[in-house]
Amino acid sequence: MSQTVDAKQLLRKTAFYLLVAVIVVFSVFPFYYAILTSFKSGSELFVVDYWPTSVQWGNYISVFKGTAFGENILNSVMVSSAVVLVSLMLGLTAAFALARIDFRGRGLMLIAILSVSMFPQVAVLSGLFEVIRGLGLYNNLLGLVLAYLIFTLPFTVWVLTTFMKQMPKEVEEAAILDGASNLTIIFRVFLPMMWPALVTTGLLAFIAAWNEFLFALTFTLTDAQRTVPVAVALISGSSQHELPWGVIMAASVIVTVPLVALVLVFQRRIVSGLTAGAVKG
Amino acid sequence: MKLSQSGAASAAPPRPEVSDKMSQSSRQRQRARSAWLFLAPMICTLLLVAGWPLLRTIWFSFTDASLTDLNAAEFIGWGNYLYKEDGEWYGLLADAVWWKSVWNTLTFTLISVSVELVLGMIVALALNVNFAGRGLVRAAVLIPWAIPTIVSAKMWSWMLHDQFGILNDMLMGIGLISAPLAWTADADLSMVAVIMVDVWKTTPFMALLMLAALQMLPKDCYEAAKVDGIHPVRVFFRVTLPLIMPAVLVAVVFRALDALRIFDLIYVLTSNSEDTMSMSVFARQQLVDFQDVGYGSAASTALFLVIALLTLAYLYLGRKYMRVGD
Repeated sequence: MSQTVDAKQLLRKTAFYLLVAVIVVFSVFPFYYAILTSFKSGSELFVVDYWPTSVQWGNYISVFKGTAFGENILNSVMVSSAVVLVSLMLGLTAAFALARIDFRGRGLMLIAILSVSMFPQVAVLSGLFEVIRGLGLYNNLLGLVLAYLIFTLPFTVWVLTTFMKQMPKEVEEAAILDGASNLTIIFRVFLPMMWPALVTTGLLAFIAAWNEFLFALTFTLTDAQRTVPVAVALISGSSQHELPWGVIMAASVIVTVPLVALVLVFQRRIVSGLTAGAVKG
Repeated sequence: MKLSQSGAASAAPPRPEVSDKMSQSSRQRQRARSAWLFLAPMICTLLLVAGWPLLRTIWFSFTDASLTDLNAAEFIGWGNYLYKEDGEWYGLLADAVWWKSVWNTLTFTLISVSVELVLGMIVALALNVNFAGRGLVRAAVLIPWAIPTIVSAKMWSWMLHDQFGILNDMLMGIGLISAPLAWTADADLSMVAVIMVDVWKTTPFMALLMLAALQMLPKDCYEAAKVDGIHPVRVFFRVTLPLIMPAVLVAVVFRALDALRIFDLIYVLTSNSEDTMSMSVFARQQLVDFQDVGYGSAASTALFLVIALLTLAYLYLGRKYMRVGD
């Protein structure tokens, strides 16, 4: 009797771990295979291998040699960082108003912000193109920073509002009694307490900006102004049907490794930010 | 002094002085004014990057604007949408390629979101169990979410390569297919490929949202069910699912609205092929590749209307069943 229970439990446990293994392999395999491919050279590419056979850095050298890929990485870093900073600055003050002050139209404002985050990017493409060209920011990284605010800002405001609501009331009241102005409360009282929330929101905004493709493709023209997703998408070989897959995979790995590292380090924060952005909405 | 929450104010002991009450209400008004001051920079930015461009796009959709000279645009009424000439209908609503893109977008959204819902639920249930190494597994699941869509499209294009792709090699290895398949080029297979990559990329997001909902459930009703010897599958459908339904619905709506505007993945995986072209890909092709800003804007506006209507329906229902913003 107890033996059959044990056997049943063992079977259940094995099935469960098998499921977990399938989930992990399914999630990680494409990235693993990209790394594997990026270390192959020449004709090795055209033989399917499941395990690493040799490690050659040729593709990684070709990615940078005679291309603007180094500049592209720098562009992505600069654009994403600037977008994060601007979004957090504008988002923090807006979130203070939305979370701590009871005013007429607050609910409507929240809904309007949520609606903007639902905007299909392509719906503003021609209008935004005109604005960016009008400001003289076509083929300029500042134009991208401006354009990216359309998706990072609503999201930042929304998540920071959720976090700001959880701040204890007593702290704010004590500051008011001490005669602190609203700005002092935001930057001297709440800001130091909100570091975790700011890191989370900033990370998510950074990843979103780093990954953006449509605006970057449309609002830049020259190789030197491109961001990495566009650079990766536009890598081409000597002919249309002869893509340098090794180089593309090396570029993909370079672009992805920092993100994967961020995710591994900050996974708890990222999960809490994602769920604060969606579930509580 | 209680200022921000009205509920808390009524609980506070009554104030003896009338003048204090007066200053309290004037302070409240002052606070409400400062709220708008704090919101102003954000509102102005969003008007500049979202509100105004959207209005311009809608305006362009009624003009013959071309990318080379936007200022030369002239009003042409409904010409981009629908008009009749010599007994034939022209315009977006009479464009078979556009209708194909609408159909593609809807098919893609319906299938990919359903598959992601089911798989996401399975992953969430597995991650909700306490086992050694759960943190690592959760981190692994986050990887597809963090990889840029462009990069994942490239990684999968290589895996799906018709001659040297590993997927064909695997399928042939286990005898499922006898000859390599042209995943991204074949008219019948390319949508399957697009959905497959999207499922890989966004199932983690679904799973995490549902996992968060699962972890907020009270433990005691499970123990009660366990004591009563009720089968776990029955418990899932009778207890768990109804309890997390609101969170599941939010996740599905978010994903569906996101899937409707898909661009990157399809653009890179199958470029401008009509077999998989989405509404966003169609609009961008008209706008940029064909430089026809008028017609492209009409296609953009149509997509915006579809998404706006669905969002409004969702907000209406959401307001009816739960209180938004609390």
